[in-house]
Amino acid sequence: MNETPNLNSFKTGPDEDGRFGIFGGRFVAETLMPLILDLQDEWNKAKTDPEFQAELKHLGAHYIGRPSPLYFAERLTAELGGAKIYFKREELNHTGSHKINNCIGQILLAKRMGKTRIIAETGAGQHGVASATVAARFGLPCVVYMGATDVERQAPNVFRMKLLGAEVKPVTAGSGTLKDAMNEALRDWVTNVDDTYYLIGTAAGPHPYPEMVRDFQSVIGIEAKQQMLEAEGRLPDLVIAAVGGGSNAIGIFHPFLDDESVKIVGVEAGGKGLEGDEHCASITAGSPGVLHGNRTYLLQDSDGQIKEGHSISAGLDYPGIGPEHSWLADIGRVEYVPIMDHEALEAFQTLTRLEGIIPALEPSHAIAEVIKRAPKMGKDEIILMNLSGRGDKDIFTVGKLLGMGL
Amino acid sequence: MTARMDKRFADLAAEGRPALVTYFMAGDPDFETSLAIMKALPSAGSDIIELGMPFSDPMADGPAIQLAGQRALKGGQTLVKTLEIARRFRADDKDTPIVLMGYYNPIYIHGVDRFLDDALEAGIDGLIVVDLPPEMDDELCIPALKKDINFIRLATPTTDDKRLPKVLENTSGFVYYVSMNGITGSALPDPALIGGAVQRIKGHTKLPVCVGFGVKTAEHARAIGASADGVVVGTAIVNQVASSLTGDGQSTGATVPGVETLVRGLAAGVRSAKLVAAE
Repeated sequence: MNETPNLNSFKTGPDEDGRFGIFGGRFVAETLMPLILDLQDEWNKAKTDPEFQAELKHLGAHYIGRPSPLYFAERLTAELGGAKIYFKREELNHTGSHKINNCIGQILLAKRMGKTRIIAETGAGQHGVASATVAARFGLPCVVYMGATDVERQAPNVFRMKLLGAEVKPVTAGSGTLKDAMNEALRDWVTNVDDTYYLIGTAAGPHPYPEMVRDFQSVIGIEAKQQMLEAEGRLPDLVIAAVGGGSNAIGIFHPFLDDESVKIVGVEAGGKGLEGDEHCASITAGSPGVLHGNRTYLLQDSDGQIKEGHSISAGLDYPGIGPEHSWLADIGRVEYVPIMDHEALEAFQTLTRLEGIIPALEPSHAIAEVIKRAPKMGKDEIILMNLSGRGDKDIFTVGKLLGMGL
Repeated sequence: MTARMDKRFADLAAEGRPALVTYFMAGDPDFETSLAIMKALPSAGSDIIELGMPFSDPMADGPAIQLAGQRALKGGQTLVKTLEIARRFRADDKDTPIVLMGYYNPIYIHGVDRFLDDALEAGIDGLIVVDLPPEMDDELCIPALKKDINFIRLATPTTDDKRLPKVLENTSGFVYYVSMNGITGSALPDPALIGGAVQRIKGHTKLPVCVGFGVKTAEHARAIGASADGVVVGTAIVNQVASSLTGDGQSTGATVPGVETLVRGLAAGVRSAKLVAAE
């Protein structure tokens, strides 16, 4: 991108080596390189194959339930007394989050490549459930790596995966969260290179994953843009999404990147505060480094050792972020801000009570940012937020935090 | 520096036997013990030393090496201290090549130029950085070669004839053939298959080819050494260290001698490989 910039667009990345500015790339063991190059070839072909696109569209409409609605949150808007708030209802998708958009795309790719076994990593379990779902739909065995800590705090999703026929392998290494699950999935892939497809759930990892996942998730922003034009006759003034690895965020951001009038904000997990180590705000409080196949902002110490993050939300509990977000932050196109655990928990309750929608704890971070910003904006201004997942999986966590018996 | 490595392989070729390349984790379980292990390796029969740099997320390594890295990090090991181990070793041993092996991020955070200067000054001869494939050569490989530090690349069974030239292009010192797909510490594959693979790589390069992943005993070392220019042993040594520790991970009187005994056995294996090759 640095060599041949198109100064008029933020949407030309990555370059052929998978770089967004200095971020991205392919930092993997030699064993994986041939696989990643194969995947890239197949992805390049699929992108422009009308048959592939048609199948994707068909499954999107009839299996996922696309397009997801754009919803005007009337009562929340009235309560906050400022900008009009719209939600892109990705939580209404089959399996309850945006994760399925990417899984359908990648399993079609796996099928094209003749792979017969699916592996995936998961944090909150949403990607694991989505992976197990598409594996069931296409009749392929599926192994999901999940941190032991997450297995415990996301029990309902673990059960779902098992029902769907997936094998859930708890990972005890490290702190037993998403990063450790990803290490373990990469080890599986290195060992089973011939038959296995690694279905990465977020817009991170080695090239071409960040680009591929973004493209599969961009359906969110493409639809939202069209729906907003129909509803309001104009684009939103502000687009907000929560960022862990960053797939739901890049999905809604990307189609708006070149619309100058649209301000874009990514919300990171501030955990218990940015002063200590108990947060996952890679961009706000981290520094560039290399992990899991790409260069990106990471939580790390002065020796380059990766720190364990913390978030109330398992889905945001990752010490890195997709490389395109790192680039968008550095060039200043997208602003990244932290939201603390307690703010997210409060927003979770506010939305549940005011709109009758129980959001996942991940988008609850975005809701908290909406709650901060909307009152300061004019009534003629519009906020679009990605409501990326539903909160059924989180009721036990929330119940415990609120001291409610279940 | 590259001369020390080249001389070592030339001497071994004259002797007609493969190299014994030993890997251990710097700082496992503590700085002083691992320095003592390193100092004991040459006299026990190690020809080349791979000094492991601990990393929090060693995604291409198995549980044994991951745990060794965790022990080292817990003991306060850092990249700077790993270089210090090399420096102290080099003060007494001018001949044994040292290869640093690990992952890129700690090097990147230290700063590539500063790292290369520090490594040269500490007496480092080569680097194996697992997560830097040829596509990423501008990051570290090219700068290292410019400063006369070997960049040793891994070739694997997935590296086919089409890709081999790319993998070998900027490789120097030796080629490290990872004899199986998978993580470190897995089972040993068929020696006959390995022999074929080594010949395949030798069709593309004049560099020595060392084989690793799965070598645990003198017998393994002998079998692999019959077809390769070097045998790499890592997990077996790391496991030997682990088995000697106290319940809370402290070194004991058995830690260093245990490694010495293991390496002496492996060294006998590679030395007998010469005879097998000659038969």
